[in-house]
Amino acid sequence: MNPLTPSTSSIKPFWSPFLAGLALGAVLLLTFIWTGHGLGATGATTRLSAWLGLEVAPAATQANAYLGPMVKSGNPLPSWISWQVLGVALGALVAAFMAGRFRVQLDGARSIGTFKRLLTALFGGALAGFGARLAAGCTSGLGLSGAATLGIAAFVFLGTFFVAGLVVSRLVRGV
Amino acid sequence: MFPLNDGGMVSGLVCGFLFGYVLENAGFGSPCKLTAQFKLTDWSVLKVMFTAIVVAAAGLFALKQIGWINPDNVFVPTALLMAAAVGGILVGSGFAVGGYCPGTSVVGLFSGRLDALVFLIGLLLGTFAFAGLYGPALEALMALGEVETGDTFSDAWNIPEWLMVALLMAALAGVFVAGSWFERRSRGPVSAREAVDGAQASTGPSPASSSITAH
Repeated sequence: MNPLTPSTSSIKPFWSPFLAGLALGAVLLLTFIWTGHGLGATGATTRLSAWLGLEVAPAATQANAYLGPMVKSGNPLPSWISWQVLGVALGALVAAFMAGRFRVQLDGARSIGTFKRLLTALFGGALAGFGARLAAGCTSGLGLSGAATLGIAAFVFLGTFFVAGLVVSRLVRGV
Repeated sequence: MFPLNDGGMVSGLVCGFLFGYVLENAGFGSPCKLTAQFKLTDWSVLKVMFTAIVVAAAGLFALKQIGWINPDNVFVPTALLMAAAVGGILVGSGFAVGGYCPGTSVVGLFSGRLDALVFLIGLLLGTFAFAGLYGPALEALMALGEVETGDTFSDAWNIPEWLMVALLMAALAGVFVAGSWFERRSRGPVSAREAVDGAQASTGPSPASSSITAH
């Protein structure tokens, strides 16, 4: 690939981590002031799971001890966190397009192979999905937002999250 | 008096849009860049997260001091330490294997990455697995190690909030010093070009990008 072709030289660099961190902190603070809570992600995927369950296997979903209470009053999708994740998708799309960083690809296929990358993405997602339900939050909802409120659980989560990531990334190449 | 405790569509879309916009600009749609944190060659994840935590924590502290924020209306996660610890291990492992955390997989998908869609499907499967196993045993595990006296360091152990914010600032400085040290002694942060090119077979910089580092 020639780095001087217009399509590649129009890729804008990432923001410096410090500036990105200041901006993220400002967005997080705004969210707290506006809504009383922080930012998240798995609240929406959990509701999506409950909705899928209700569509595919309504009786089993309503009887389930975890998903049942979520679907008691019907469709679990309409909620603040669903709008917020939709906003994340739009914000990321606009940012990627404006900076010339939007590219359709299976990232990791070239480094570890298509089939292996599909497996690592699926298995990694399943581990994270299970873990986020156990902790009642993910890196954003518990780690980032909880730490901003000086919650003890957030710092415990961030500590084990980082140590596990360090160890596992030495055992498995996922990307 | 804040917070407004607005749970509507507009606040969700606006806060989410800004969140996604900043995450993409930080480079957090790229699984290559995200997992480079665990290889200690790119410290952007910790640098960005710690800076954001300090800004938001200091902001909330200041707003509470001047009486603009009622802390009773601000959500704090319950201090269930076993649940947080085991959940952290699983989310961290899933991040290292899958290349994303839940929020950044949305950013990855909407910057064109189909592996992020597979990760999101995995998230749903993990949620179903959790729901399937949910019962007295799992509930008992999650209830272990609860801090009874409170959910924050100040409430539970009387550590003043200003001291916690100061400690976080010191930790932030440590992350930047240690991170930049590691980055100088390794291949360094993943550039936007490398991120868009996608993860390569070798761990070093891709040949195409090394030729333009001079400009």
